Amino acid sequence: MKDNALIFEISKPGRKAYSLPDCDVPKQNVEDLIPGEYLRDTAPVLPEVSELDAVRHFTRLSQLNHGVDTGFYPLGSCTMKYNPKVNEALSRLDGFTQIHPYQDETTVQGALKLMYDMDKMLSEITGMERVTLQPAAGAHGEMTGQMIIKAYHEHRGETQRTKMVVPDAAHGTNPASAVMAGFDTIEVKSDDRGGVDIEALKSVMSNEIAGLMLTNPNTLGLFDENIKEIAKIVHQAGGILYYDGANANAILGISRPGDMGFDVVHLNLHKTFSAPHGGGGPGSGPVGVKKELVPFLPKPLVEFKEGSYYLDDDRPLSIGKVKSFYGNFNVVVKAYTYILSMGADGLRQVSEGAVLNANYIAHKLKDKYLLPFDRVCMHECVFSCQKQKNKGVSTLDIAKRLLDFGFHPPTIYFPLIVHEALMVEPTESESKESLDEFIKAMRQIDQEVDTDPQQVLEAPHNTSVGRLDETLAARKPVLRWMPKE
Amino acid sequence: MSQYIANTRIQQEDMLKEMGLRSMEDLFVDIPEEVRLRENLNLPEPLSEPELVSFMRRLARKNYNGNEFSCFLGAGAYDHFIPSVVDHLISRQEFYTAYTPYQPEISQGTLRSIFEYQTMICELTGMDVANASMYDGASALGEAALMACAAVKRNKVLVARTVHPESREVINTYCKFKGIEVVEFGFRDGQIDLEDLESRMSSDTAAVIVQNPNFFGVIELLKEAGEIAHRHKALLIASVDPISLALLKPPGEAGADIVVGEGQSLGNPLNFGGPYLGFFAVEKKFMRKIPGRIVGETVDNLGRRGYVLTLQTREQHIRREKATSNICSNQALCALAATIYLTLLGKEGLKEAAELSLQKAHYTYDRLIKTGKFSPVFNAPFFKEFVVKSRTPVSALNKKLFESKIIGGYDLAKSYQEIPGGWLVAVTEKPTKEEIDILVGKAGEI
Repeated sequence: MKDNALIFEISKPGRKAYSLPDCDVPKQNVEDLIPGEYLRDTAPVLPEVSELDAVRHFTRLSQLNHGVDTGFYPLGSCTMKYNPKVNEALSRLDGFTQIHPYQDETTVQGALKLMYDMDKMLSEITGMERVTLQPAAGAHGEMTGQMIIKAYHEHRGETQRTKMVVPDAAHGTNPASAVMAGFDTIEVKSDDRGGVDIEALKSVMSNEIAGLMLTNPNTLGLFDENIKEIAKIVHQAGGILYYDGANANAILGISRPGDMGFDVVHLNLHKTFSAPHGGGGPGSGPVGVKKELVPFLPKPLVEFKEGSYYLDDDRPLSIGKVKSFYGNFNVVVKAYTYILSMGADGLRQVSEGAVLNANYIAHKLKDKYLLPFDRVCMHECVFSCQKQKNKGVSTLDIAKRLLDFGFHPPTIYFPLIVHEALMVEPTESESKESLDEFIKAMRQIDQEVDTDPQQVLEAPHNTSVGRLDETLAARKPVLRWMPKE
Repeated sequence: MSQYIANTRIQQEDMLKEMGLRSMEDLFVDIPEEVRLRENLNLPEPLSEPELVSFMRRLARKNYNGNEFSCFLGAGAYDHFIPSVVDHLISRQEFYTAYTPYQPEISQGTLRSIFEYQTMICELTGMDVANASMYDGASALGEAALMACAAVKRNKVLVARTVHPESREVINTYCKFKGIEVVEFGFRDGQIDLEDLESRMSSDTAAVIVQNPNFFGVIELLKEAGEIAHRHKALLIASVDPISLALLKPPGEAGADIVVGEGQSLGNPLNFGGPYLGFFAVEKKFMRKIPGRIVGETVDNLGRRGYVLTLQTREQHIRREKATSNICSNQALCALAATIYLTLLGKEGLKEAAELSLQKAHYTYDRLIKTGKFSPVFNAPFFKEFVVKSRTPVSALNKKLFESKIIGGYDLAKSYQEIPGGWLVAVTEKPTKEEIDILVGKAGEI
């Protein structure tokens, strides 16, 4: 029981884990300061534990997780690369953590310089004019980018441009983000090489098209070699080309979205630029734009004049704010130190290493697992477990079996256009040795599908819990712990 | 080769050879030559770790940080004390290097901590259901406005001018692109003007948005706002300070339908504005309308208790055209910090922190008024933050205080021209009486 206990279940009245100073100012009756009608009658039920109870509890919880430092984490589309420790240490300097967002600008010149430099460096990396650091995550960046596109068209009086084109291979959030900006979405099919179907794209172009959201390399891990033509088609129709940077780890120093013809780009600092994922956040999703779109960026931007940095709020065409203050600043610090350690050569080597590792896995497994698009891939490769499925073992089973080998499974059932999809993104952080271990496990599992399918179907065998009943969770939702009456 | 890239040159060449490729170039054949970058990016030369450390230390020193100053600046971001245990635990790699708990069997740590977080938020707010957190308090308000409009099928929200100015800007951004009308209503003696609110209510009003304590630190007329909203079949959205909830009536009891708030105060450093977390809680009837992630309890194949992401369609499955929100992550590590903070402070500690803030804020207020250099602006009750009117221009006042190692209050003229000389001062449990006396002494001298 104890091992499985919630913090509330180990609570003992009167136990404490804090130490606050005595009140050193003359104390007044609380009721004299705040009328009774505003005061709560019963205290919230919060834990009462000792400090060691708390430390052990959360330490135990942490041990139930798999992190990048635990082992291989080839979760496709998520770029689970190593999170350098020096970034953690430096981002925790008092000069970055203990500064208030409303401090006078003259007292936070270091922070403003960092933001200004980051804008410049990310602009250079993506081929954009300016970058806002305000969005808090990738999807937040997508939404911001879509709003910028909407504001741009409206400013030009082209209010009829209400439709955003999204390929069927897109990340699930793309259409949702377009809807957040007030667009309707139109889906276009992929061609038989996994790219945008040019004829299908042409057929939907009109003066109602606001733009196209594209991931390149796409979610199949393939670079769309028609990118220049796609850009031409969209631009000729008066649309804006949006770059979903989820897969930017493939192209650093190799090719720039700006040069491909993209007008708006979002990046994920927690994927491509080594900031940790934090168990689901905080991330950071900066958005870069070409010159014509700069006026619409969220406010403020950091500017530099007469030797000092300042926040420029005077941006009349700005879409406004999508978040308080200036974004997830402390996440930006980690990406900043990463870029400073890598430099231009280093970033190019990152992408080369990531692409090499993905191709190596594709090459070593494609005789056992179907590779629907058998060509050079970029930073990730997408298999289909259709062959295994035909024998009664699904992608989910294979993913669960991988847990027994100490690996985090790849992304599964995405992209939607591949049946029984298994999407592997090894990243440049991994050595050939760890790839070989993974390949070995995958080959063994394929063999088990023939020789001992129960072993796969009943996996995992050695995790703290087995497969969980998700249907029960959704049908009879228990969303909080309740005190016993 | 960088220390963050594992394979050696020789290994890379071997791998290429094994695939029948000659060079790295062969991996990039799909990229048309015209979009290939043939020169290096124009970035600074790479720094070794010692060089990086000294560079970043120099940069950090250009920021005057709160550990060297007494901080009386709040306005949405508060300098509450954070026990050492918080950072120690969130620095465990199993928490911070993991991602979204897509594979629950190896993510029970994250999932269970979120379940505990949801419970704590429900306890504080008096609501039935809380999600796993949003980007921050302001974007939580934006999402709450969208959720309310979708839930009651109306297209207008009324926002109190006593709501944080930046939150109002974010609400505006979220709403304008969805074609939702945002109308502000005024205040009287620091609290919402009920007559003005009533007069702006109409049959297309989906929600009334208030903040408690409001931007001025004043305890807001939550119950009255709820009554007006509900009479017009609209929802009440309350944005609240989580620390205040140790003392103040839970907004759920006061009639709020959606309760959100900025969770930074709960164990997260100021960080120049982020990352923070927004909490988001609703009544049970809106359980399936809540945006973002949510964790539920279930059992495994052997009947053992376990936790999974539930109700919400995951990233890959968000219903494309019908989406009412696009958020597919949370601020997990910030929410974990909040959970650990609330665990450490616990039932008694949170109340102590709240009461210390309350007492010290009132002491500061009384002393400032006694100097004769500041006058009261509102008579309404306040929690840990208050407005006084300064005779000297606030910018000059703050500059002077800064020389005495004090970060002064927020200059209200930035957002409320109707309160000239308004100085918004926040006092947490952190400043000692001595520090407060220095603040009062210096402010009174000017």
